[in-house]
Amino acid sequence: MRAMVYRGPYKVRVEEKEMPRIEHPNDAIVRVTLAAICGSDLHLYHGLMPDTRVGHTFGHEFIGVVEQVGPSVQNLKVGDRVMVPFNIYCGSCFFCARGLFSNCHNVNPNATAVGGIYGYSHTTGGYDGGQSEFVRVPFADVGPALIPEWLEDEDALLCTDALATGYFGAQLADIAEGDTVAVFGAGPVGLYAARSAWLMGAGRVIVIDHLDYRLEKARTFAHAETINFAEHDDIVVEMKRTTGWIGADRVVDAVGAEADGNLTQHVTGAKLKLQGGSPVALNWAIDAVRKGGTVSVMGAYGPIFSAVKFGDAVNKGLTLRMNQCPVKRQWPRLFEHIRNGYIKPNEIVTHRIPLEHIAEGYHMFSAKLDGCIKPVIVPSAA
Amino acid sequence: MAYTAEKPPLPETPEQLRARIPGWGADLDPRDRPSVPREVPGIETGAHWDFPERQVEHSPRERSIEHGTMPPVFGTSAPLKGASGAIRRFAYERYSEGRAAHWLLLIAADRVDAVESHLTALASTRPDNLLTETGIKAEITHHGLSSRTAGKRVDVGHQALDPVIVAGPWIVAAGLTILGADALRRRIDARTARPTTSTAQGTGTGAGQQMGQQAGTAPVDPTVAAPSYQPGMS
Repeated sequence: MRAMVYRGPYKVRVEEKEMPRIEHPNDAIVRVTLAAICGSDLHLYHGLMPDTRVGHTFGHEFIGVVEQVGPSVQNLKVGDRVMVPFNIYCGSCFFCARGLFSNCHNVNPNATAVGGIYGYSHTTGGYDGGQSEFVRVPFADVGPALIPEWLEDEDALLCTDALATGYFGAQLADIAEGDTVAVFGAGPVGLYAARSAWLMGAGRVIVIDHLDYRLEKARTFAHAETINFAEHDDIVVEMKRTTGWIGADRVVDAVGAEADGNLTQHVTGAKLKLQGGSPVALNWAIDAVRKGGTVSVMGAYGPIFSAVKFGDAVNKGLTLRMNQCPVKRQWPRLFEHIRNGYIKPNEIVTHRIPLEHIAEGYHMFSAKLDGCIKPVIVPSAA
Repeated sequence: MAYTAEKPPLPETPEQLRARIPGWGADLDPRDRPSVPREVPGIETGAHWDFPERQVEHSPRERSIEHGTMPPVFGTSAPLKGASGAIRRFAYERYSEGRAAHWLLLIAADRVDAVESHLTALASTRPDNLLTETGIKAEITHHGLSSRTAGKRVDVGHQALDPVIVAGPWIVAAGLTILGADALRRRIDARTARPTTSTAQGTGTGAGQQMGQQAGTAPVDPTVAAPSYQPGMS
């Protein structure tokens, strides 16, 4: 089969790879019909995530058709169209039994601090991902779900991570009616978090980024006010000024490990890998939120230390909330919102790229070329 | 203002927001939010086992020492191999996730893996191709210049570092190869020169002097302490 493979920092290619096999009785093999490149894939692409091996196939956002099922699979059959959450989880461990699907303890030998994720290095279990023609899907009775007839493929694809994560991030922010919500980052997760903040009754939503084309999307798609931090000497002061010198009630960090805005932090964190990522956005979130407020961290960070301003968080009495999204828990309610027309997920898709051109797709997304917000990958066997 | 008890007024009322934004307030009640509360004991997951069957472990699988037992299911992508595999196995067997050494060794192994894989690919039918694998063609097909000059992007300054990160390991590998080849050449030269040296020793002249003379450099005074480094020293 054809599959994207990692060749080292900033290098990927498509090559012939062995077909995935049923390794466990509850496995399924899915023929991928659509995949996406996620902003967090760029952390792998840039060599930031420990134990990212040459030959690994990325891709944790994908949908497809069931090609083969293991002997214990009861809920799926060959030919079913399925959407697959980015979490790999058993459904029965201590954590899964309480709904913490992203924290499953039975799927990742390489680390206990994170569950299993498709195509996201060996730190999340060493599973090949969906930027390929076929993919192994463990625990087929637990993770995947049939795509509802009325749901368009691209919308289903975006429910597998970006939309669910943005929606989850807004929930973790504990938004109450009339709250001022600031979202750092106007990428897919930030746009969805901003849009979701309104569903939860926000009184103001402010999106902060340095890319004008993404801020334009934040205004049109997420109905948000926007601030380009590059136009201000100090974004924290600007946030205080615009909120009556109090700060935002709730802040969502939708940037993560490669945040820009402070050269030292960016170079030491994102380029030299001396931190678990550049915590610029997280530190701005801590500074820009009001005392007693909540910071919801949806940006992905590496597992090593980062220079986070924890003292300010303590002194301000902040609540810091975070997790990888338990995707499948979000779906029933998200489906209602999509069906009611409250949100149209694929309005943020900017590029549709054949799998064979994925190297150009990664470069374009990484370098933020051509107004790229969300690239979708179309495998050759789709 | 923060200096009185009043909350700053909002620009729009809830009614105005409801009229302007589709779905405003649909999840106002936290009970409608699917991740509230965070933990839901007994949630239905689809699992029909108490503990999953164990996946067959075809070769010894590395695992975190913070795990009490091998988890029953795991990924099979890119098994450990070569020097990078040895470093990774050591990182997993020796250090817990709580130790920086664990992660720093894994990141070091990633860089070794890249060099190993590039060298292995050189001997294959498909060596790495920097031009195609970096996707640099997108600079032409997807408006590289105009994308960077539009607006006021803060990332343009440090993007110059990216080629260094991409090409760096190649340059280091090439440098090491050249140094290694040079050292090997000089060792072979020295062995070839030994018969001459042995004759020289017989006349009471230092071997270093003879070798230096052969290389066309000035004779060295044995009574003067040698500098710590001279170009061409082996």
